[in-house]
Amino acid sequence: MWTRTEPEDQAPAAAPLFGPVGVLPQDDRGGSRRQGGTTVSKAMLEVEKISKHFTLSGQKEPFCVFRDLSLQVREKEYLSVLGHSGCGKSTLLNIIAGIDTANSGHIILNGREVQEPGLDRMVVFQNFALMPWLTVFGNVRLAVRARYPEWSKQQVADWVDKYLDMVGLSGAANKRPWELSGGMRQRAGIARAFSVKPSIMLLDEPFAQIDALTRGVIQDELVRMWEETGITIFMVTHDVDEAILLSDRIMLMSPGPQAKFMDEIEVDIPRPRKRISIIEHPRFYEIRNRIISFLSQKG
Amino acid sequence: MAVPSDTAKGWIWLSLVVLLLFLGVWALFALTSKTFPSPAAVARESWFFLSRPFYDGGPNDKGIAILTAYSLARLCTGFLAGSVVAILLGVILGLNQTLFKALNPYIQMLKAISPIAWMPLLLYSVKDSGWAALLVVFMASLWPTLANTAFGVSNIKADYLNIANILQMKPLTKVCKVILPAAGPTIVAGLKISMGSAWVAIVPAEALLGSLGLGYFVWNEWNNLSLASVIFAILIIGVVGVLIDNLFSRLAGGLAYVD
Repeated sequence: MWTRTEPEDQAPAAAPLFGPVGVLPQDDRGGSRRQGGTTVSKAMLEVEKISKHFTLSGQKEPFCVFRDLSLQVREKEYLSVLGHSGCGKSTLLNIIAGIDTANSGHIILNGREVQEPGLDRMVVFQNFALMPWLTVFGNVRLAVRARYPEWSKQQVADWVDKYLDMVGLSGAANKRPWELSGGMRQRAGIARAFSVKPSIMLLDEPFAQIDALTRGVIQDELVRMWEETGITIFMVTHDVDEAILLSDRIMLMSPGPQAKFMDEIEVDIPRPRKRISIIEHPRFYEIRNRIISFLSQKG
Repeated sequence: MAVPSDTAKGWIWLSLVVLLLFLGVWALFALTSKTFPSPAAVARESWFFLSRPFYDGGPNDKGIAILTAYSLARLCTGFLAGSVVAILLGVILGLNQTLFKALNPYIQMLKAISPIAWMPLLLYSVKDSGWAALLVVFMASLWPTLANTAFGVSNIKADYLNIANILQMKPLTKVCKVILPAAGPTIVAGLKISMGSAWVAIVPAEALLGSLGLGYFVWNEWNNLSLASVIFAILIIGVVGVLIDNLFSRLAGGLAYVD
């Protein structure tokens, strides 16, 4: 079992079972989050040696986005992939989502290989991807109906209301996406993603197009919903502070072409983390500096 | 849709001035030509027809409302059939780029052909003037909607289709819930052009085929050498055309979205 809010309750394990290369030395406060008690969370999503390349027009050599990328996402984990813009991290996310295809490799979700997109891997898009001809309510309802086709109209409506309420959008349920701010639109996107109860949620730079003040509020909401629902999150981002604030674990991706994972960092800062106070935690700058120095390296 | 009220006044006056100018030139021309009907004569003729819209004096002598209804019924039937076929084909082509590219030159060519040009072939094929007139409307309705639907569907933002795929929608659900609404504004723009071209085509079709309707009325009055009635019929055709166009603008407004 995992406890997100009080990691100190649990006895730290001697050695990490998923000992990746380059994990920071663990301090006794945060290290316990991953190996709570005897049950070790198994990998729920496995990315196995994924390669992606394409041939640009007028060029002989195919352009290699990345080759043989592998990673595991554990159950109920918040994993972030952090990298420069254009390093291929969104491509990786799209391949996991099934809306882009890899040239080789496998995506294994809950022990089964997946190739097509599906309701078990809901995506929250950077540009929200809400249907503009539907209201906020209609957008979430579209997803709920797809997930629970056997439900009655009333059941669906109640469910939609519940999730809109969770993200504080009840008042804007009948508004069209273009009538809303970026932050409100992404709330709708988040409500839509949570409403279908996916196995894993894939967040593609979800806060990049939201103004800084709203961003913090929505990040807090997201973490709260993640804790309440016990869902697994895979996020790609280029924002270092955002990654540290939100993630259990961060994978650093080198700039492309032929991007690869350069480092893996356990964010052993206890939750709840506060935007204001997290910078006072001794581990914060250690982690941050380590990330920055890795990201400043060449390939 | 609403025009700000402070800018709404000027054009009305200008519009009225243009109308008066037009009537003035017309009246002068009628005065010099002696045989051409004056605006007043046309007004009298119009009143004659408009005061008994549902008059029915036998197969070739019917009131203007009945004639308009005949034309509109023909228009709606042909247009609906043409639009259903065009939208179905358009969605298929829009989703299949190879097919779209392969057929697009033909569609562009067919689009350029006046539906009236088909009439001899249609008449030869179906051997019935009523059906031929209907098929002319059908042909006129087909191409603009087909071209627009295919274009609209093939240009739907990838995000919307990705969402549909992630939600594991069945093909029919995907078409109804995502593809048609996403391409809706482009499709309606095509329907509007189709309706316009069908309304334009219906007049000569009825005139040539002798099918009861406004086009037939125009030709009949020409044969009666009643130019005033011809001008009245022209006005009715124009007014009905504007009303239909307006209807589609409203529909387009309802389906429009901001991305």
